[in-house]
Amino acid sequence: MQSLLNGVASGCIYGLIALGFVLIYKATEMVNFAQGDLMMLGAFVAFAAIDALGLNYWLAFLVAVLFMAVFGYLLDAAILRQVIGQPQFAIVMLTIGLGFTFRSAASMLWGTETRAFDTPFTSGVSEVGGLVVNHVSLSIIAGTAILCAALFAFFRYTRVGVAMQAASQNQLAAYYMGIPVKRIFSLIWAISAAVAAVAGVLLAPVALIDVTMGLLGLKAFAAAVLGGFGSIPGAVIGGIVIGVIEQFSGRYMESDLKDVAAYVVILAVLFLRPQGLFGNIGRKRV
Amino acid sequence: MRFFFKTDYNQDINLFRDKVDRFWYALLMLTLLAAPLALEEFYLGEISYVFVLSIIGIGLMLLTGFTGQVSLGHAAFLGIGAYTHAVLLSHGAPFVLSMTAATLLSAAVGVAIGFPALRLTGIYLAIATLAFAFIIEHVLIKWESVTGGFKGFPVERPEYFGISITDDIPFYYLSLFCLVLAVLAALNLLRSPTGRAFIAIRDSEIAAQSMGVNLARYKTAAFAVSAGFTGFGGALFAHKIGYLAPDAFNILLSIQLLLMVVVGGLGSIHGAIFGAMFVGALPQAIAIGRDYLPETIARQPGLEPGLFGLILVFFILFEPYGIYGRWLKVKLYFSLFPLYKKATFKKQKTYTKSERNR
Repeated sequence: MQSLLNGVASGCIYGLIALGFVLIYKATEMVNFAQGDLMMLGAFVAFAAIDALGLNYWLAFLVAVLFMAVFGYLLDAAILRQVIGQPQFAIVMLTIGLGFTFRSAASMLWGTETRAFDTPFTSGVSEVGGLVVNHVSLSIIAGTAILCAALFAFFRYTRVGVAMQAASQNQLAAYYMGIPVKRIFSLIWAISAAVAAVAGVLLAPVALIDVTMGLLGLKAFAAAVLGGFGSIPGAVIGGIVIGVIEQFSGRYMESDLKDVAAYVVILAVLFLRPQGLFGNIGRKRV
Repeated sequence: MRFFFKTDYNQDINLFRDKVDRFWYALLMLTLLAAPLALEEFYLGEISYVFVLSIIGIGLMLLTGFTGQVSLGHAAFLGIGAYTHAVLLSHGAPFVLSMTAATLLSAAVGVAIGFPALRLTGIYLAIATLAFAFIIEHVLIKWESVTGGFKGFPVERPEYFGISITDDIPFYYLSLFCLVLAVLAALNLLRSPTGRAFIAIRDSEIAAQSMGVNLARYKTAAFAVSAGFTGFGGALFAHKIGYLAPDAFNILLSIQLLLMVVVGGLGSIHGAIFGAMFVGALPQAIAIGRDYLPETIARQPGLEPGLFGLILVFFILFEPYGIYGRWLKVKLYFSLFPLYKKATFKKQKTYTKSERNR
């Protein structure tokens, strides 16, 4: 049970990053390999807000999310918009390159040593029915749930959210309907970067902040693929599945199998069901 | 400007386009053969490193540039080649035999990953190869009796006829020979029906299928050939780094290999070699450039990967055809001199083609 809880908590982080991947992929068909690095940047911005500006945790959280949202918007508007329509490979390489650049910029700004900041949850522990639950895990799970609910409501009930759905289903038709597709895409990037920032700040008390944090993005990528790229609930569930598998394989098998177990599962799933657990791929019409 | 008239069908598949080309390549070959007479050992070492990278680059180019399959796990094939070669050498196998074994084993693993990868496309393929690379890295760490685990082991330095092949000059000639072999093999493959099938698959899978190209067979073949080349290069790479440890073959290396083919120019053997020159020379250039930079920037540890990233971004935004594409443009500029029009290479306006329905 304890492992299950820990697994769900770390899985939620994967799920959150995967959510960022999926949002962007669904809307723009771009695969953003820099998502993990966006998360790293978000965590560092929160750290800087607490450390240099002296803000409290909640304000810093807000600052990080807003900053990353603006950053994501500008990133798309300045760079990624130019490669729309190029083969997917170019976009993959472009985002990988951007990820490297962010990592190096962060190491120049904040150095390569690990950082940490205090959160209201850091050392809190409570006992529920014989289970030791630390507040950090709770905060991660709650944060993910709230964020998912908010995103769901946003896509379902707001004008912009519906416009985003339209743009993701058919760019050209959406364009003819008067939806500013380019701006919508930039907004999607903003949301996705903000989600990454949330993941980064929630993760900060568990894993210390350092520049290699972004490599977690690769595992989240696996989570997104597991859930079927392009399915939002799939991304979160995929993330949780991977988190749980990791915890259990660390517990019942050799502990260093933990890092590979996720990938073995991914390969197995991809070979048996290439479209992921929740994805659907139609056949191409010629 | 030189005009090129085709008077024979064979001209389409000749290795050299005409006498002029043959002359220049022969001159290049002679220069490379004579280089050890003029250059210091340090530069020879660097050049042979570029040769080794070129072989690996050709391997990846065949898969990514010619067959259009993305692989984020090529470091794994490289690792398999390097480890097979080094382990066999340490058990006393002859050099040629262990090189062959490294190539064949990598190719076999390539088939193993290629088979299931047939059903995958785009990002799913990328993640499958990525997962595969992580698993291989883990195997290299855990299989301690053979690979020496985390610590790794030094690569043998075999001697034949009193010459240690890992010395600078013999290794230079060895890697030059291997590169020429690899280039010829790749060119001959590409002008055969198999190679044309690869290119057809890259351009349109559906069109290729309707022309009678067996997708499953040729994609597996592409993976096998690419992995084989990479393993072959990996065997030489083992000598170049001298000490094998699993963390040398991680995801960053895979990405560096991809960077090589993208920066060089996708879809040409020239591109693989230009890319290798670039990746081989960049660390040196950065090391030299450090002396001229202000202290605070030059001391940063993240400088090199950051520059790699920036260069990658700039190439994709401004020169998607890579160094080779730029070379073609410069060549055309001079051969058309006063009449060169920028619009010759203008990119067509493109729209996102959905990959969702395939």
